[in-house]
Amino acid sequence: MKAPTYPRQLRRSLMYLMLLAMAIFFLLPVYVLVITGLKSFGEVDLQRMWDLPATINFENFWAAYQALAPHLANSLRLVIPSSLISSLLGSINGYIFSKWKFKGSDWIFTLILFGMFIPYQSILIPLVQFMEQLGLRGSITGLILVHVIYGIPITTLIFRNYYAGVPGEVLEAGRIDGAGLIGLYRHIVFPLSLPGFVVVLIWQFTQAYNDFLFAVVLTNISSWPVTVALNNMAGSQIVQWNVQMAGALVAALPTLLLYIFLGRYFLRGLMAGALKG
Amino acid sequence: MTVSQASATIRPRKTRSLRRRIQISSDRLLAILVVTPSIIAIAIFVYGFIGWSLRVSMSQWTGLIPDYTFVGLQQYLDLLDDRRFGIDVRNTAIFTILFLAISLSIGLFLAILLDQRLRAESLFRSIFLFPMAVSFIVTGVAWRWLMSSATGSRISGLNLLFQDLGLDFLINRWHLTDPPWGIAFIVIPAVWQMSGFTMALYLGGLRSISEDLREAAQVDGASELEIYRYIILPLLRPVTLSAIIVLGHISLKIFDLIVAISQNNIALDVPGVYMWRTTFDGNNYGKGAAIGIFMLVTVAVLIIPYMISSMRSEPDV
Repeated sequence: MKAPTYPRQLRRSLMYLMLLAMAIFFLLPVYVLVITGLKSFGEVDLQRMWDLPATINFENFWAAYQALAPHLANSLRLVIPSSLISSLLGSINGYIFSKWKFKGSDWIFTLILFGMFIPYQSILIPLVQFMEQLGLRGSITGLILVHVIYGIPITTLIFRNYYAGVPGEVLEAGRIDGAGLIGLYRHIVFPLSLPGFVVVLIWQFTQAYNDFLFAVVLTNISSWPVTVALNNMAGSQIVQWNVQMAGALVAALPTLLLYIFLGRYFLRGLMAGALKG
Repeated sequence: MTVSQASATIRPRKTRSLRRRIQISSDRLLAILVVTPSIIAIAIFVYGFIGWSLRVSMSQWTGLIPDYTFVGLQQYLDLLDDRRFGIDVRNTAIFTILFLAISLSIGLFLAILLDQRLRAESLFRSIFLFPMAVSFIVTGVAWRWLMSSATGSRISGLNLLFQDLGLDFLINRWHLTDPPWGIAFIVIPAVWQMSGFTMALYLGGLRSISEDLREAAQVDGASELEIYRYIILPLLRPVTLSAIIVLGHISLKIFDLIVAISQNNIALDVPGVYMWRTTFDGNNYGKGAAIGIFMLVTVAVLIIPYMISSMRSEPDV
């Protein structure tokens, strides 16, 4: 018995229909965020949430932006240095763990890797105490340090996998020319690393930008990054829901833009999270 | 060997190879030196802090001043009798099972659809993946308004949409549904955010299955359904395992999404949120640490076997 075969045309249409239905599910929240943001204050009404705006108006976005701007700035002051330092560190670590293995290095690497899976609640109390003692609690600098350190496992992993693809002969050729560990890195490995850097920079940027747990315990109102500010905005009774929605879109914009323009690299970072990358 | 032989033509063999040997051994040392700061940082911030947390969880520390008076496993025993913690464990179980089942099914379904060489494939792929770029807080804020449970003339969000479309039977109270099922609705935004990731994993897996294999099966008279059932799905098993590990550990740690949607509603509590509230709002450090260690153990049970097996199976580079 063969399964009944539908005409090709009908099957295709059916598949498109299913894809379209799923696409609607994924775009629904974006639709609401955008149209709500574009309505005027007078037109905003929970009971007419799905209606298109009568006129295009940026009041909501402006109000949300004004409330979130200092925190957006904090986020950028946090995310740019932490992703730069993280990727440099990851690159050097990845180079050693893939090309200069020493006795026990694979085990050490595995132990480092475990750090990327732990629930941060299990280290949160010591971390807060420690940062308090260093006088770094409440500062962006402290938060940068935390993101760099807890970023070591994933950045090392991504670069280690990336460098595993650099053939040994290339390094051997450099060795014959008399280059040592540093020379090989500077003249051969580093210049080959651009795609790896893009992946790790995007990954760390997104991670640090979207983080809430570290930020909420380690910063105070003046150093809040945008995730904490948005959550507080959403929990307040004073800020209208329409401004909250516009705020969500404003807060999402930096990583969304990154995704739109560099989505390919973004995906590779995700895949590395699945270990075997 | 070939290296020193090659250089022998330029310089006397002995000195050259000796110098090389010294350079290599000093580079070996340098290699260890270079990674030492990272190893120390992880040793302190991961393993040292876990040990410190463990110590706090065996103390009676409540209040702002650290109090390390040893109370053994008392904090853990107290958690067993703690009603809120019971709700947390039940919520995590419901959330994790549903989140995994639905994300894996939708991800596989989308990947199979996208693997049919349809037009606009990359556009659809981007649409399914973009939620991964935004934070759980943003997702939570948006979905909180979509999952509004207001009724009557104040009806809004998805319920309003259902009403307008004449789908009244779909109208429900979402995450404010009576416990324990409220938490099940928070799976919807979580799936919205993460199923694109499973799709991408599965799509990668499908693309790596050779066309010859499918054609051979077709020649043998297998129907498309049979090809999927007996050839493709078994080959995708490792992908499913990876997806379970990644989604599973996210789900066991779920925190920000719950904070953003539930706004302190105990019926929707999870260990991650309870730990944060009880430690930093309630100053119950001992109890908070015990919850943190509990979370670590649940994640470790999932992750450690996987890490060990994937390290063993890795070919030496």
